[in-house]
Amino acid sequence: MKVKPRTLAAPVALPPHDPGADLKPEIRDAVLDVSGRLGRLPGALLPVLHGVQQTLGYIPSESVGLIANRLNLSRAEVHGVISFYHFFRTEKPGERVIYLCRAEACQANGCAALETHAKKRLGVDYHQTTADGRYTLEPVYCLGNCACGPSLMIDGELHSRVTAKRFDRLLGIGAAAKESTS
Amino acid sequence: MSETTVYVPRDATALSLGAEDVAAAIAAEAGRRGESIRLVRNGSRGMFWIEPLVEVDVKGTRVAYGPVAGKDVARLFDAGFLAGGRHRLRLGPVEEIPYLKKQERLTFARVGVTDPLSIDDYRAHGGFRGLEKALGMAPGDVVQAVADSGLRGRGGAAFPTGIKWKTAADAPAGQKYVVCNADEGDSGTFADRMLIEGDPYCLIEGMTIAGLAVGATQGYVYLRIEYPHAQRVLEAAITQASRQGWLGGNIHGSGQSFHLHLRMAAGAYICGEETSMLESLEGKRGQIRYKPPLPAIKGLFGQPTVINNVITFASVPIILDRGAAFYAGHGAGRSRGTCTFQLAGNVKHGGLVEKAFGITLRELIDDYGGGTANGRPVRAVQVGGPLGAYIAPSQFDTALDYEAFAKIGGMIGHGGLVVFDDRVDMAAQARYAMEFCAIESCGKCTPCRIGSVRGVEVIDRIRAGIEREKNVVLLRDLCRTMLDGSLCALGGMAPFPVLSALDHFSEDFDKPPRRAAGRAARAVS
Repeated sequence: MKVKPRTLAAPVALPPHDPGADLKPEIRDAVLDVSGRLGRLPGALLPVLHGVQQTLGYIPSESVGLIANRLNLSRAEVHGVISFYHFFRTEKPGERVIYLCRAEACQANGCAALETHAKKRLGVDYHQTTADGRYTLEPVYCLGNCACGPSLMIDGELHSRVTAKRFDRLLGIGAAAKESTS
Repeated sequence: MSETTVYVPRDATALSLGAEDVAAAIAAEAGRRGESIRLVRNGSRGMFWIEPLVEVDVKGTRVAYGPVAGKDVARLFDAGFLAGGRHRLRLGPVEEIPYLKKQERLTFARVGVTDPLSIDDYRAHGGFRGLEKALGMAPGDVVQAVADSGLRGRGGAAFPTGIKWKTAADAPAGQKYVVCNADEGDSGTFADRMLIEGDPYCLIEGMTIAGLAVGATQGYVYLRIEYPHAQRVLEAAITQASRQGWLGGNIHGSGQSFHLHLRMAAGAYICGEETSMLESLEGKRGQIRYKPPLPAIKGLFGQPTVINNVITFASVPIILDRGAAFYAGHGAGRSRGTCTFQLAGNVKHGGLVEKAFGITLRELIDDYGGGTANGRPVRAVQVGGPLGAYIAPSQFDTALDYEAFAKIGGMIGHGGLVVFDDRVDMAAQARYAMEFCAIESCGKCTPCRIGSVRGVEVIDRIRAGIEREKNVVLLRDLCRTMLDGSLCALGGMAPFPVLSALDHFSEDFDKPPRRAAGRAARAVS
């Protein structure tokens, strides 16, 4: 008996899987650029996340898939690392991020009062951004400026002995903003 | 006229107090007056109450002026400060200032003295001499020298460095690593930051010596993201050192190699715990590992790894240079060498004090620190970071050596001292210790993860006066569980500040009315 050889259907061409296809171009570009530069380092995930956050100001949740893909990790691994570290954020921050120290050495110099003032003045709690999108308030546990507290860091600059008045002046808000800066 | 050298620190604390304005004003004023100056941006001397501290080289003596503000600069020129002229801010020769003169600066010998990024300056002040000696020694002899010096880990655990290095040196492996823990998260500490900003080559030299000693060709520095100034200095220093052949494939023409990489942390306190830091360096969540295996046998990427703190590595060059006996000649008991104490919090003369072990808390707080900044009485001092005990004034005569201090339930840790005045509410401080542990717990073990949350709740009930006696018993029991049952020092030591507050300041845990009355009584007495 002669068996008619079975003809195989031509394979369906699957589109190449692109986990970054739906991303906004700037997010996609940032991830591809950073992972291209740093992705081959041993233990590359933290340097890559730092790079993305430095470029975009945050690590968009929707970029997790592409980051995982570029580093050959699972999405869960990338998400787990982002959520573990206080410094990484998945929401776009305000234009300026204020890091207010609330550790013991600053407590000894009255940082609790500054904390209350900052929250009241900005109308936000920690980890929140003001409604106008200008400021994000973050707690930080030590800036290494422990003999001159209360300390805060804004725009990468450290400030010592921050009083309520000085806080307003640094931010250029309230009545103190009109006074000359020292 | 020959040019005058003027020093204005670029240390983060000095900058936070206006050093950048001062440097700019001095450069502008000198230009305006046609004075020829060379402006050096040094590290800080660690006397923060007189920062920004400007130094002028007057015929080889460095005369200090401080604290200088930008607006003082013109008058300093009028007073002839470039020739050491009299002015109300003049403090005299900087090395004669008692705070500095009485110290024993071994590890910090160059900090505040040299231009941090100048390799020539570094070598002119004894830099790389330790490494040159190590290059001419057998690796085993380098390990032995470190062991003989009695150096113990300055990060907090005080483990003998020589034993750690020997373990890693003896472990057979294709690739070994040296990792520097620069995740200085303890409040009240800034020695690592000051050293990296003020003398980065010293750290690089110490790590390179460690690499030679144990046979590691790769090194990592794990630095806090909260230290952007230190990051910039260290990045530049690694580049310079590589360019000039002090790092890389052929160290100082020896044919030996050591490659150093800088990695930034991401704000998790727990990553100061060594195994957690290794996980983080590997690109994972900073959850601690079970020990054993010790990192010296199975550490970074599963390979033998020497992990030390910044100050430990930075103490190695002088040990090789001056000899183990010289270093071991300082100190008390089994605590050899010097400790870099950091006076912080509410203290008049805050800063860095490097002294041999054996100095008492009272000497540090009263003689160096000058009491509180606002003149109120000192009520408590937290020694050793957020996991260290609160020490009451009655215990201030205890000598600061690892063993003596452990006897009163304290730990020196990384050498930070946070001073509180008599307005401190110790129950609030105890609550904060538990709160901090809850925020920073890695979540791996139950006593730490759950215990810290329950600790906050129990302290809240005590402070609210709800079944106080019963809840104090419960709190002590909880502390016991955390002490005995936690996997690492975070949960295992967070009870120290809580218990010390309960033991020495129990009146603060009374119901709110009584607490207020107690404070009032203290205020009048």
